[in-house]
Amino acid sequence: MSTFWSIWISAIVLGTVFGCWWLLWSTRKSQVTDKETDRTTGHSFDGIEEYDNPLPKWWFYLYVATCIFALGYLALYPGLGNFKGILGWTQEGQWQEEMQLADARYGELYAKYGSVPVEELAKDEDARKMGQRLFANNCAVCHGSAARGAVGFPNLTDNAWIWGGEPDRIVETIHKGRQNQMPAKGLMPGMTTDQVDSVVNYVLSFSGREKDAEAAERGSKIFAQACAGCHGQEAKGNPMVGAPNLTDDAWLYGSTYEWIKETVTHGRQNRMPAQEGRLSDDQIHILAAYVYGLSHRESK
Amino acid sequence: MSTVHPNLTYNYKVVRQFAIMTVVWGIVGMGMGVLIAAQLRFPFMNFDLPWTHFGRLRPLHTNLVIFGFGGSALFATSYYVVQRTCQARLFSAGLAAFTFWGWQAVLVAAIITLPMGLTSTKEYAELEWPIDILITLVWVSYAVVFFGTITQRKTKHIYVANWFYGAFILTVAVLHIGNNLALPVSAFKSYSIYAGVTDAMMQWWWGHNAVGFFLTAGFLGMMYYFVPKQAERPVYSYRLSIVHFWALIATYVWAGAHHLHYSALPDWAQTAGMVMSLILLAPSWGGMINGMMTLSGAWHKLRTDPILRFLVVSLSFYGMSTFEGPMMAIKTVNALSHNTDWTIGHVHSGALGWVAMISIGAIYHLIPRLWGLQKMYSINLINVHFWLATIGTVLYIVAMWVNGIMQGLMWRAVNSDGTLTYSFVEALEASKPGYLVRLIGGALFLSGMLVMAYNVRMTIRQKDAVALDNSAPQAA
Repeated sequence: MSTFWSIWISAIVLGTVFGCWWLLWSTRKSQVTDKETDRTTGHSFDGIEEYDNPLPKWWFYLYVATCIFALGYLALYPGLGNFKGILGWTQEGQWQEEMQLADARYGELYAKYGSVPVEELAKDEDARKMGQRLFANNCAVCHGSAARGAVGFPNLTDNAWIWGGEPDRIVETIHKGRQNQMPAKGLMPGMTTDQVDSVVNYVLSFSGREKDAEAAERGSKIFAQACAGCHGQEAKGNPMVGAPNLTDDAWLYGSTYEWIKETVTHGRQNRMPAQEGRLSDDQIHILAAYVYGLSHRESK
Repeated sequence: MSTVHPNLTYNYKVVRQFAIMTVVWGIVGMGMGVLIAAQLRFPFMNFDLPWTHFGRLRPLHTNLVIFGFGGSALFATSYYVVQRTCQARLFSAGLAAFTFWGWQAVLVAAIITLPMGLTSTKEYAELEWPIDILITLVWVSYAVVFFGTITQRKTKHIYVANWFYGAFILTVAVLHIGNNLALPVSAFKSYSIYAGVTDAMMQWWWGHNAVGFFLTAGFLGMMYYFVPKQAERPVYSYRLSIVHFWALIATYVWAGAHHLHYSALPDWAQTAGMVMSLILLAPSWGGMINGMMTLSGAWHKLRTDPILRFLVVSLSFYGMSTFEGPMMAIKTVNALSHNTDWTIGHVHSGALGWVAMISIGAIYHLIPRLWGLQKMYSINLINVHFWLATIGTVLYIVAMWVNGIMQGLMWRAVNSDGTLTYSFVEALEASKPGYLVRLIGGALFLSGMLVMAYNVRMTIRQKDAVALDNSAPQAA
């Protein structure tokens, strides 16, 4: 902040504190007595009179004490414009300090798992418990405490992977986060309502749930044109671009005709936030092992 | 001693209107509060409708109790007090009538727009820009009526109650206009002209002074008239009233920053907000002491006079919550209390314990006088109301203390590996019993208001009740 504002802030802060001080002393100085009195000021308002009692002593000293505390605090902590305070305290500094303290205290605990491969770590009971706690703190708010997901938030227990389930891919997903977008009507912006109906029937036919076989037949051609670019000719998806497999009965946005129609008609946008910077590399490694273990229980 | 001017009459009509609406808005606003308290414990009571969702009804609750109930009580008492202590008739009956009908229009507009989801999203300032403009017009008229009456006073000095009412009217005008400056994009949508942390600071400069001036200075004005009047004792110390008045209004405007501890607000502003909040302790207590000590020599009246009991207990809650406030403004305490139910408890020890109780006491004092009667229809019912209100407030505050401190501790508890022990939803689960107790406390308080409504109705329906519209002043 500029020197002008710094001086301005200091002046009004100190001015307010000393103003209170002056008000207190000058009022007290004009007291005739420091004992309680029956003398009134002589005013009467709608019958209400006012005693000319002195300021209660304990109250006076309480006030003085808070003013002294304020001045002391302003000397130690940043408050007067650009003046940093004798202690040099900042809230960022306090945060850094606490993070360093946590690192010193817990860093080793995590570090010993950092070099263990994810597949192996997934079988380690202690690491799994730690991963579960990290998951509860950082992931459960979207993916659910049982990691079964919700509409728009992938289920992590079903071994169906939008961005790939290999350990490296999971680590990458947690580190960098993911941005995903399915355009409305895929690559065919001019798709008519009838064509949407057909393509939805085609998608439903992968699990034998089509409403109208003829429409599904027509839909296969539209699918090839509008959807296969990402989801593949076989509709098995492509984890490199985050296109889900449509044949595995894992549904991010609902599996009914209505839900799929909504998805095709309006497209979908999704985002998982990056965790790097929030969590250490070792913590992300332990989390990845936990998530990997959720769908690889048999390997336990 | 007071001189009574024989030809002088007072405008009691607008006082009566606001007094009645205090009770009405009290019931509606507190009823809304009980509903949203129930929603927190029994979520099905959101009824799966957007209009009845907690997120829309909570701002409606705060608007109705602060501006409907509290605002009407302030209008009623300030118009009464300024006339009687200045021995002057209210300046401009037309403008005074406009403030009544304009204010009611604002509240009706709130009831319509907030459940529809029309909101500026600023806490205690949610109403959209056309309503804000109406508020401004009403408020300026209020200032003209109030200060106009003061200029026509027959007394030499201005009574302390009027200093407080005056400071409240002036400061709220500045705060309301400052915080609500916005660019309209349509009839019911606008964007604040402030961005980022500046907007947050403006919001809490307003937000905390809605508490400091609307809910404190205004009600101290009320206290300075009704406590000595009901106790029939002189005010304890004129000297103390001078010091605590100037100190209170000078430091309150600084305190808003304590709502933004450990945020993007620069460190210096947080520090200034915190130290001023601490300095505020003594000026706040100055008001409590002056009210309490006014009763010396009249303590025995508490046994027989439930109206006085309302007034005195309100001062106790005022003293308690103005001690709690500065403590919560200390950064280390705030790190625990922030975002927990403790804050809600603190607000309600002020709102129910102080603001509502002193208003209720004042209205019980006013109603018989406005209708030319000696006393309320039933003193026993006032007593019943007193206990419902007191027990309701205590249940509410204690439930929120327990919940708040528990939530704060659960959120910060860590395992041996540094991870958090509890997820958010576990703290929410643990809060359920507290939410139930709070609901019961709120319902008790509301039932007291219903008792009051009955008592008021029976009082003004008595056959010797006369609505005094142009009452001559009674000799003091």
